[in-house]
Amino acid sequence: MQRRDLLAAGLAAGAATALPRIAAAQTARNRTLRFVPQANLTSLDPIWTTAYITRNHGLMIFDTLYGTGSDFQPQPQMAEGHVFEQDNKVCTVTLRAGLRFHDGEPVRAVDCVASLTRWMRRSPMGQKLATVVEELSALDDRRLRFRLKQPFPLLIHAIGSVNAPIPFIMPERLARTDPFQQVREAVGSGPYRFKADEFNSGSMVVYERNAAYSPTPAGTRSLTAGPKVANFDRVEWHIITDAATAASALQTGEIDWYEQPTPEFRQLFARTRDIKTEPIDPLPNAAIMRFNHLHPPFNDKKIRQAILAAVSQEDYLTAIVGTDPGMFQAVTGVFTPGTPLASDVGLEPLKGPRDIDRAKAMLREAGYTNQQMRLIGPTDILAPSALSQVGADMFRRLGMNMDLVLTDWGTVVQRRASREPLERGGWSVFYTAFGSYDFLDPSGHFPIRGNGANAWFGWPTVPRLEELRDAWFDAPDAATQKRLAVDIQRVVMDEVPYVPLGSYVSMTAMRRDLVDRVVGPAMFWGIRRA
Amino acid sequence: MFAYVVRRVLATIPVMAIVALFVFSLLYIAPGDPAAVIAGDQATPEDVERIRASLGLDRPYLVRFGAWVFDIARGDLGVSIFTNLPVSTMIRQRIEPTLSLMVVTLILAVSVAVPMGVVAAWKVGTWIDKFVMGFAVLGFSVPVFVVGYLLAYTFALELDWLPVQGYTAFSQGLWPWLENLILPAIALGTVYIALIARITRATMLEVLQQDYIRTARAKGAGQRSILFLHALKNAAVPIVTVIGIGIALLIGGAVVTESVFAIPGLGRLTVDAILRRDYPVIQGVVLLFSFVYVLVNLVIDLLYTLFDPRIRY
Repeated sequence: MQRRDLLAAGLAAGAATALPRIAAAQTARNRTLRFVPQANLTSLDPIWTTAYITRNHGLMIFDTLYGTGSDFQPQPQMAEGHVFEQDNKVCTVTLRAGLRFHDGEPVRAVDCVASLTRWMRRSPMGQKLATVVEELSALDDRRLRFRLKQPFPLLIHAIGSVNAPIPFIMPERLARTDPFQQVREAVGSGPYRFKADEFNSGSMVVYERNAAYSPTPAGTRSLTAGPKVANFDRVEWHIITDAATAASALQTGEIDWYEQPTPEFRQLFARTRDIKTEPIDPLPNAAIMRFNHLHPPFNDKKIRQAILAAVSQEDYLTAIVGTDPGMFQAVTGVFTPGTPLASDVGLEPLKGPRDIDRAKAMLREAGYTNQQMRLIGPTDILAPSALSQVGADMFRRLGMNMDLVLTDWGTVVQRRASREPLERGGWSVFYTAFGSYDFLDPSGHFPIRGNGANAWFGWPTVPRLEELRDAWFDAPDAATQKRLAVDIQRVVMDEVPYVPLGSYVSMTAMRRDLVDRVVGPAMFWGIRRA
Repeated sequence: MFAYVVRRVLATIPVMAIVALFVFSLLYIAPGDPAAVIAGDQATPEDVERIRASLGLDRPYLVRFGAWVFDIARGDLGVSIFTNLPVSTMIRQRIEPTLSLMVVTLILAVSVAVPMGVVAAWKVGTWIDKFVMGFAVLGFSVPVFVVGYLLAYTFALELDWLPVQGYTAFSQGLWPWLENLILPAIALGTVYIALIARITRATMLEVLQQDYIRTARAKGAGQRSILFLHALKNAAVPIVTVIGIGIALLIGGAVVTESVFAIPGLGRLTVDAILRRDYPVIQGVVLLFSFVYVLVNLVIDLLYTLFDPRIRY
């Protein structure tokens, strides 16, 4: 045997030994999805906090009685169905048979009762529902019953809501936790199980497929409705805070999916053959400017109206997502564009050429005499930071006596809770952004609340808005809901509790071999490798 | 010597107490509210107040400080406001990556910088000296994150030799552990190399002028022996001091390096905790860092006796 033959034989033998190992490693890799989420997962309780990252964690491991389809209609998920009786004052929901939590315990109606009771303490929609619930009880292991003081047409919508906090079902032992305290375990009945032993907050979150999960046979898959089929054995959330590092990791294939790359990376990804970008959700996020209604100058309706003449939604939106017109939609109103309640009625003050001089004149007419105002904003979160910068420029051009206070978001959220006047550390205006589902309807839409001291930060008192919101909950049909939503928008544009600054799309980037993603928040059923 | 070590270790107790008081007070007066962060953008002020009460953040300063000190005295660093995990567990999860990064950086920096400084002093005024000094100026001037991005772009993205990010535990093998640390260690070590090389050169230049070096040359000692046996040992005290002081530099640099290379270490834990106002975690990590720093200084003081027999404690 010659040396060359010996070498060839040796190489062949080595390859034969190594190939199965390589193939096994390849298969394991294919069964794992490596994902970079938008933020670090700190809290595991999606009822305790409304952080979107915790909501997404909740979607992994918990299930809901009803899901919401892309048509915004509820569809049974854990529920087999429901029956309304006694003039719609009693609703009985029946669970599908065979549902189990990740700890092996069966899902019972008492678990649902405890979970919904806890959720009703924290969710705005739930709080509204709680005002009409006379009794919520478990009839037996598979049936729970709502006994209502009066009909609540949105009952099934509410318990299938996609607004954070989502009414996830937990085991009763966890759901009995005070809603203002965190649950101690992450045990659900959803398509993935949380791997507590591999959890390293700030670094890695691991989920494994729940082999015992039985997807609903009903409906088609969209948003949180339809069968939740998990196609990966393991999903790893890699927390990478540095955008450039996450982008590089996606390019090299170290990760598969980067949830929310900053806009500057879109062009880079467009030039990379193995990566595709798409809107994470076709429904856009909403940007807003919020006034403090307790103190001058913005406790004056005329001054708030004057600001509208200077607001260019496009300026604000391009600061967040760049100049690609496909990424934003200017001149949008109170509700998320593309959803049933959205309209452009009453938006005239935001349309047409923006006129700083006219706004200045309106300010003078309103009696603005150079009182100080304070803009509080962050520098560490993309959208509110960009909005604050554009806002500061607008107020400067309006000649307002502005004190600009830029800090981090943690400080802003504390400071905006202050109801004190400016001389005692108060504020006049801040900017923020909301996810698309928050502005689907009036239920979770905080900036339209007009209930004074109990309203969202800024505390406007606009009784008419509260009346319209209450009427919306009681509306018997979609047409009435729509009419009320139009009225709400008209009142908002007149009273200006806040200023809608338009809507923008968040992009997501992933390896090209990932297909069948369910659009909406980052969800991990349906998606698979081609 | 033993009595000295015991005295120094005991002296860390008041130092740590002052650090604890300082850290707690600083966080108390700092703006920001974890309850508001937890409650989210949609929360009402009442929700925020209820969460604040449930976390005990509405209690008076002295009550909170007393409870914290009492817990620390029992070895309990508390529980993270956000993750509900014990701070000690979170530190344990994060300490290996940071220690690994610091150790690799330290080894790399000392093994590169000391010979660089020695050679620069030996070849003073030549192009070698100028090159070393030029590198030192560059090393001081270029921020850690810039070096990090350049390295990642070149060696990970373009050449595909090393991973862009992440950390693999030492228990998974030497090479997987090391390959994730090479680029971060070079990035973090650049400024450290510059610092040590400059100090080594300056100290060596001074030592090389001493009479005993002239004597060594006169008796025919070789250049290598003069540089590394006679001169370097006598120049070691200031060099070791700078290496010790540089540990603080490393801790600060680790925060940035860990973010750029997505290493799940204590630096990132600290930054995340600060941004969220996770007080127990911030307090725990800062206490740990101060303890490490005090300990490093003690070790440096003890090393003096090794390099200079005239020093006695």
